[in-house]
Amino acid sequence: MTPAGETGPRRHDDHERVAFERLIPSDIREIEPIVEQVTRECRGLALSARQCALNVPVALTEALSNAILRGNRGVREKHVRVRAVVSDHALVLEVADEGTGFDLDACTIDPTSPGNLEREDGRGLFLMRSLMDRVERYADDAHNVVRLTLNRS
Amino acid sequence: MSFSIKKQGEICVVDVEGQLIVGNRQELKQKVLDELEKGEKKFLIDFSQTGYIDSSGLGVLVSLSKKIREQGGELRLANLNDDLKTLFELTKLDTLFQIADTRERALESF
Repeated sequence: MTPAGETGPRRHDDHERVAFERLIPSDIREIEPIVEQVTRECRGLALSARQCALNVPVALTEALSNAILRGNRGVREKHVRVRAVVSDHALVLEVADEGTGFDLDACTIDPTSPGNLEREDGRGLFLMRSLMDRVERYADDAHNVVRLTLNRS
Repeated sequence: MSFSIKKQGEICVVDVEGQLIVGNRQELKQKVLDELEKGEKKFLIDFSQTGYIDSSGLGVLVSLSKKIREQGGELRLANLNDDLKTLFELTKLDTLFQIADTRERALESF
């Protein structure tokens, strides 16, 4: 049984294609060029200017940052896999690291509450959830995968 | 991505070119803290040439805001494009910072 808040590998539908797939070392300097490449791919899709300039780059940066710094604990020899799949209805970004994963439902900090507003951290997952239509995680072999789904407008 | 700091009167104006994200946020933080240590009190960060900001970048701005305030200084932000404004509104950080539409208005507000 899948724990609450988690999901499994997705089934592929007939009208989707892998638009982007890369394996990168766990180095935060890798984030910006990868995000730029994925964003460039997105510009050819039916996504809005805002989705290309804000939703995709910010949410993907958060997922990559989490994977590199938390999942792989910054160990450069560990890898992060980034995959973008496009279907008729959505853009799906998957970021896989070699960590043990985390419970999405346990991350309930509201960074917008008055007591948290001046915190330096705690906005990553909030931004992913705010900027994407769906945020899920699942375990795939030895990988922890975060899946971000953005519906095409 | 780069940061440049110029003095305009008694105000330190910081231009953020490119992204403000996990990979470069410490550079911005250190540059502003160095100026604060030298005795500068008034800071304006201009985002007219900024692409996007992630949670780490927002966190650094929050941290700098606190440190500048603790030293009796002031921080203003300026020139957020519509996407960046949305980011500040989503996180309610638009209520924490003094944000001006233009650099000139920000400079006048000190």
